[in-house]
Amino acid sequence: MIDRLSNAFRYIKRSPLTVTGSSIVFLLILVSLLAPWIAPYPKDTGTSHIEEAFHSPRLKHPFGTDELGRDIFSRVIFGSRISLKVGVLAIGLALLIGMPLGVIAGYSGGAIDEVIMRVTDTFLSFPSLLLAMAISAILGPNLRNAMIAIAISWWPWYTRLLRSEAISVRERDFVTAAKAVGAPWGRILFKHVLPNSIVPIIVQASMDFGGVILTCAALSFLGLGAQPPTPEWGLMTSTGRTFFLTHWWIVTFPGIAIFISVFAFNLVGDGLREILDPKMRRARR
Amino acid sequence: MASYIVRRLALAIVVMIGVSILTFLLTRTIPSDPAARWVGPHARPEQVASARIKLGLDKPLYVQYYRYIRDFLHGDWGHSIRTHQPVLRELFSYLPASLELILFGMVIAFALGIPLGIISAVKNGNTIDHLSRVFSIAGVALPTFWLAMILQLVFFKELKLFPLAGRLDMMTSVISPIECVTGFYLIDSLVTCNFAAFGSALYHIVLPGITLAAFPLGLSARMTRATMLEILGEDYIRTARACGLREVKILAVYALRNAIGPVLTVGALTFAYSLVETFLIESVFAWPGLGYYASNAIMTVDYPAIMGVTLLVAFTYVLLNLIVDITLAFLDPRIRISYT
Repeated sequence: MIDRLSNAFRYIKRSPLTVTGSSIVFLLILVSLLAPWIAPYPKDTGTSHIEEAFHSPRLKHPFGTDELGRDIFSRVIFGSRISLKVGVLAIGLALLIGMPLGVIAGYSGGAIDEVIMRVTDTFLSFPSLLLAMAISAILGPNLRNAMIAIAISWWPWYTRLLRSEAISVRERDFVTAAKAVGAPWGRILFKHVLPNSIVPIIVQASMDFGGVILTCAALSFLGLGAQPPTPEWGLMTSTGRTFFLTHWWIVTFPGIAIFISVFAFNLVGDGLREILDPKMRRARR
Repeated sequence: MASYIVRRLALAIVVMIGVSILTFLLTRTIPSDPAARWVGPHARPEQVASARIKLGLDKPLYVQYYRYIRDFLHGDWGHSIRTHQPVLRELFSYLPASLELILFGMVIAFALGIPLGIISAVKNGNTIDHLSRVFSIAGVALPTFWLAMILQLVFFKELKLFPLAGRLDMMTSVISPIECVTGFYLIDSLVTCNFAAFGSALYHIVLPGITLAAFPLGLSARMTRATMLEILGEDYIRTARACGLREVKILAVYALRNAIGPVLTVGALTFAYSLVETFLIESVFAWPGLGYYASNAIMTVDYPAIMGVTLLVAFTYVLLNLIVDITLAFLDPRIRISYT
């Protein structure tokens, strides 16, 4: 295990893109943790000062101010908290739904497997953004419902992945041994099969972070996610739409924030995939 | 082969039934009362009650579902709450604009993405590879709605090269309107020899087309790269190299042909994705397509319209997957053999 980890670390170090991605992710987490201390105007997440509206970027307001005179730099910093929170909670919820179903389907096989997988296929036959849009439109637009909507459109991927892992794990000797000593079904499932098939899921989940942040921003942009005055990046670009041709900074900076975070998470994901897939490494001549 | 197709068809039908149940349940869990929405905000209680009976909402859920499916199969997808028009007719009037935009964007994306992916795989690990990887990951990470606005800022406001929004400029649509043949402006204007309108349509589709292409371009480049890398690591490529075949021949004949499957799959998937991406792009570019229709429906909680769009896109998605799987089975004997 330690050998594998140090191997992985060596590959990460060798790939400049993965190093860049991980550093940005690290920085993003740091910024979101320290937001109240680094943001120059922490109160600007809520309060407005009309007299300061539409200031272009300057020393006092590095990213300028929006239509209500709020400091965009501070709001972008606070936005990182929301994006990371949505990422963690939405993926967490998706895992909570998807993993038990996957392990049950993979381990039991037969009719149970068939039913679970057909339901999974149904959910997978919607593009995830579409399903998330439909669900949050119907549940009512707010950030919590957007998170639920994302989780509902995301869990089938984890079910599918965990199922295929569980199928291979259930044939292993320790599972047979547990069965032989008469361990109950639930114990075998959650104490033996699940822990041994969890690694690819965790990797996949960390790779999905970028996608979830992007989906959340898109939902907010369409008015289906966070509501004003939340400093959510997608919402900030959406409210800036009316003014962006005359005041470019209002949409530009929140958009860059979305792009950089999604980009960083995707770089890390791409790197992880290369490390974990020996076939791709073999092709490196 | 036949048994594979039958099995795959049966699966697609099961999934479509699942999709219809899911969409049906979604609209029935709507927090506000559909009957109240139907009659409008200032209706009397007895009007709401009669609307409930008229819409069949007083019946048990399974009866409602049965009626819904029966009407659905007969081409009656309900009436929009906002416009009181049949949803299916509205969908078909908005669809061509979206399809034209998507096809335009996909052509740009694949014409650039596949070569980029191949170069990236062949030059694995050097600067070109890193650059193309950065480029393709960036394409996937760009928020489309934001890219759309940035393009408008640069190409409309600063450079004054392309129009801000719309499908045709006002003058052209008055002086030389396009006769509707297929609903695709580029094709219709060409077949009717309306070159002024063709120019205007082309001029208008460039910015939304580029915006739409960003995502599939990144994805197709990444996918081509990953698949090519995997194939270039295979034993038969090593054998071909050992036999002294020319690199170009190895790439074009042995590697690319085997890489076509995953690329085809990505093509079909990105088509469906683009159908959803257009929701964002069309709202920025005021492009009168399906996405424009959908955003209006979402804003007004017009649930028959939301349901219609959702079903149309989901069915397209299922159908595309079916076509891809069957095509792949024709191309790759291993798939059909594993099912027989």
